[in-house]
Amino acid sequence: MSKPDKIYRSMMARLLLCLGLVLPGLAHADLMMMIRSHQTFPEAMALLQEAIKETGYTVSRVQRVDIGLTKSGYKTDKYRVVFFGKPAEIRDLTARYPELQAFLPLKISIFAEGNDTIIVTANPQHLKRAGDAKLQKVINRWEKDISRILTKMRKAD
Amino acid sequence: MQLRFVLPLFLLWSVCQAAPDGEALYEQHCAACHGSEGLGGVGVPLALPAFQQSVDDDFLHKTIRLGRPGRVMPGFRFLKDQEIDAIVQHLRGFVPGKRAAFSRQPVKGNAAHGKALYAKYCAACHGAKGEGGKGTGVTFSRPRDLPIIAPAINNSGFLASAGDAMIKEALMQGREGTPMISFLKQGMTEQDINDVVAYVRSFEKQPPDEKPIEFEKEPLTLVYDSPHSFEQTVEKVKQAAVGMNFRIIRVQTLEDGLQAKGEENSKQVIVYFCNFQLLNQALAVDPRVGLFLPCRVTVVERAGKVQLYAINPKRLSVLFNNNELNKLCTGMYDTYVTILEEASL
Ligand code: HEC
Ligand code: HEC
Repeated sequence: MSKPDKIYRSMMARLLLCLGLVLPGLAHADLMMMIRSHQTFPEAMALLQEAIKETGYTVSRVQRVDIGLTKSGYKTDKYRVVFFGKPAEIRDLTARYPELQAFLPLKISIFAEGNDTIIVTANPQHLKRAGDAKLQKVINRWEKDISRILTKMRKAD
Repeated sequence: MQLRFVLPLFLLWSVCQAAPDGEALYEQHCAACHGSEGLGGVGVPLALPAFQQSVDDDFLHKTIRLGRPGRVMPGFRFLKDQEIDAIVQHLRGFVPGKRAAFSRQPVKGNAAHGKALYAKYCAACHGAKGEGGKGTGVTFSRPRDLPIIAPAINNSGFLASAGDAMIKEALMQGREGTPMISFLKQGMTEQDINDVVAYVRSFEKQPPDEKPIEFEKEPLTLVYDSPHSFEQTVEKVKQAAVGMNFRIIRVQTLEDGLQAKGEENSKQVIVYFCNFQLLNQALAVDPRVGLFLPCRVTVVERAGKVQLYAINPKRLSVLFNNNELNKLCTGMYDTYVTILEEASL
């Protein structure tokens, strides 16, 4: 190998290493994925659903947790859970991995905190099974997609 | 090898080598709980002058690295020292001014006397064993008695981060703007305070209250076979849930909202149920927990076999790093097992 080639290779290696450290959500394992949006609840709620759709998922339902609480006489700020998934993927996965049926569709909770909004979900890595590379690929994509959705929400004003 | 390949790579490489951006790291990892300006939320406030003036950088650095096991605040083991230092500098930017520096010398005191004083003056807020106040941070979204929850001072992360001198300072000066008052002003002598510090330090040797849940040993889901038909099983789940004081919220196919009407798998149904008193209680312990509520049991028929699936609340609780939630989730686990057993009897 010529000298410039060597330098190039070594730099390439460092670059890859450094990209690995920079890409959020990939190089580490936060158990919960949680961000603060500086948007008010209604704005954040609209953006969340839009971001989920843009990332290629279908929003299947929005559970209004706060409504049930208020009706039962408890005081609470806005609190929703958004369910989503890819229809074909969910059908395929629930057939192949029956235990995932308890966790699908995927979900993200969103609640108001003053003028800000908190968006939180469990890192899908908690669903992984040792030695299952196929499932791991799906889980990694979920993590990356959710990370992208949350980053978008964090950066919106 | 051509220069036009090397140059952009070199530029990228040097960007990567640049000093970590404390503000960006804080926004990414901390702001969700502590607020972008450090005013608090699920986490305690970090921008109070009285707090900033009574802690040193080493305490902040170690707190970020170790977190507070079982008290919501995660440990950031994957961050580099430089990155943590950058976050500390960003925190310091909330309140410009003089910084505390503490000796790491132990404070000598009579822990037995300190124990009596602790029970009298501290336990009401910090808990009988130093386990901290109930709930987290300053959460604005629900009403509560104290504006800021008293931290757990028996916590391994706290005790490893705070030296005796820092704990003493908190007792001598209090934290103005928080419920933590100066005990010198309350009439304690400096020796009394030393005794309390010695007692707080002794928490390090106190055996933990409860065994932590072992994530790896808990199954991901609770699965039961039902001897009944699919329809009967769904009915039995509803009855069992109602029998345990839950209200049925909705029965729907798992694919509802995903597949077109009529295209859904009708032999894969979710029964959602809720007890609003329990939900309210759980949200006060951890506002994030709504993620796993309302409760649900999924009933499935595949190849003539009917099965019930539910999450395992004990395993999920581990993700939240919240001891108090572990207790609730252990109770929820028993409830789920009862419902699943009854429905598949
Ligand atoms: C009225 C409630 C209350 C009482 C009584 C009280 N504290 Fe506190 N304490 C707090 C709060 C709230 C904080 C958090 C202050 C902050 O956010 O900076 C705190 C902070 C502290 C800290 C600093 C912890 C940290 O993580 O920074 C120590 C140590 C402490 N208290 C010890 C004691 C001891 C020992 C006593 C009894 C002599 C006592 N406290 C009495 C409410 C109380
Ligand atoms: C999931 C929520 C959460 C996240 C994320 C979080 N914290 Fe915390 N933090 C808390 C809670 C809750 C406490 C109080 C623990 C207690 O009550 O015992 C705390 C305590 C602290 C304390 C000690 C305060 C005191 O009075 O002694 C510091 C310092 C701190 N966090 C800094 C940070 C920084 C910096 C980050 C980001 C790197 C961060 N936290 C991320 C929830 C969080």
